Amino acid sequence: MSETAGEPRMWTTRVREAAVGALPPEKLLPDEQPVYVASWIYVFGVLTIAALIVVVVSGVVLGLEGPSWWHTTSIGLFFNSIHLWSVELFFFVMVVHLWGKFFMGAWRGGRARTWVSGAVVFLIAIATAFTGYLSQQNFDAQWIATQGKDGLNAVGIGSFFNTLDFGQMYTFHVILLPVAVVLLAVWHVLLVRNRGVVPPYPARRLAAEPVPPEPSPPEAAR
Amino acid sequence: MQSPLAHAVLGALIDLNKPARIVHWHFFQMSVANIVVIAVMIFVLVLAIVLPFPARRRVSR
Repeated sequence: MSETAGEPRMWTTRVREAAVGALPPEKLLPDEQPVYVASWIYVFGVLTIAALIVVVVSGVVLGLEGPSWWHTTSIGLFFNSIHLWSVELFFFVMVVHLWGKFFMGAWRGGRARTWVSGAVVFLIAIATAFTGYLSQQNFDAQWIATQGKDGLNAVGIGSFFNTLDFGQMYTFHVILLPVAVVLLAVWHVLLVRNRGVVPPYPARRLAAEPVPPEPSPPEAAR
Repeated sequence: MQSPLAHAVLGALIDLNKPARIVHWHFFQMSVANIVVIAVMIFVLVLAIVLPFPARRRVSR
């Protein structure tokens, strides 16, 4: 229904206009990137997302089938390994991504929330992996639970986060923490889209200098 | 059951069925496996910075 002047706008209209204003389609799904993005160091963010997708999908399969399946059947052991190694890869590429962004000062240019959201995702992902070790349903999980409880009790959170309580740890691992990681990762990506990829330091200095006459041929990505 | 050859091919390259080797120097204590992984991460970071990106891409500026 069309609206007339003076008529209050619906909340859906306000939400839509705010969303499109913050992330217009050409920003949300860009088809071009600045020349400095043509570097391997810019690949590790999307590698982290790719690994996270494999982690979530393999985790869903494991959760649907259960411990007796993932410990005793060949296909269960296969998915167990897929889940483990995708997590290893997830942390590997996420740490390289973090180092790369740290050394290029990725919080510059109004990107503080992008940096902080990424750091928070990293910390929550560590807790998610920890509760995953506790959810294996084997002696390894029992050993980690009994060792970890003393450390957590020492910092005073044992009554809220009890590693010996399998139900609590499993709930943290399959629902609460993964949802937090995925939602924060989505927000992190949207912030990157909103602000754009951070330029490297030298390119930022060059951008402040006067633009020379038309170069020939133009310097393109390698 | 797997044959001994299959075990040799499919098994870990390093025998993992024993306690981990630990590097302990003053306050620093870490397993050799973790040190190797961190070293590989640093190596990959350096490669990502120095290796040229292969594809030509359209640029906006």
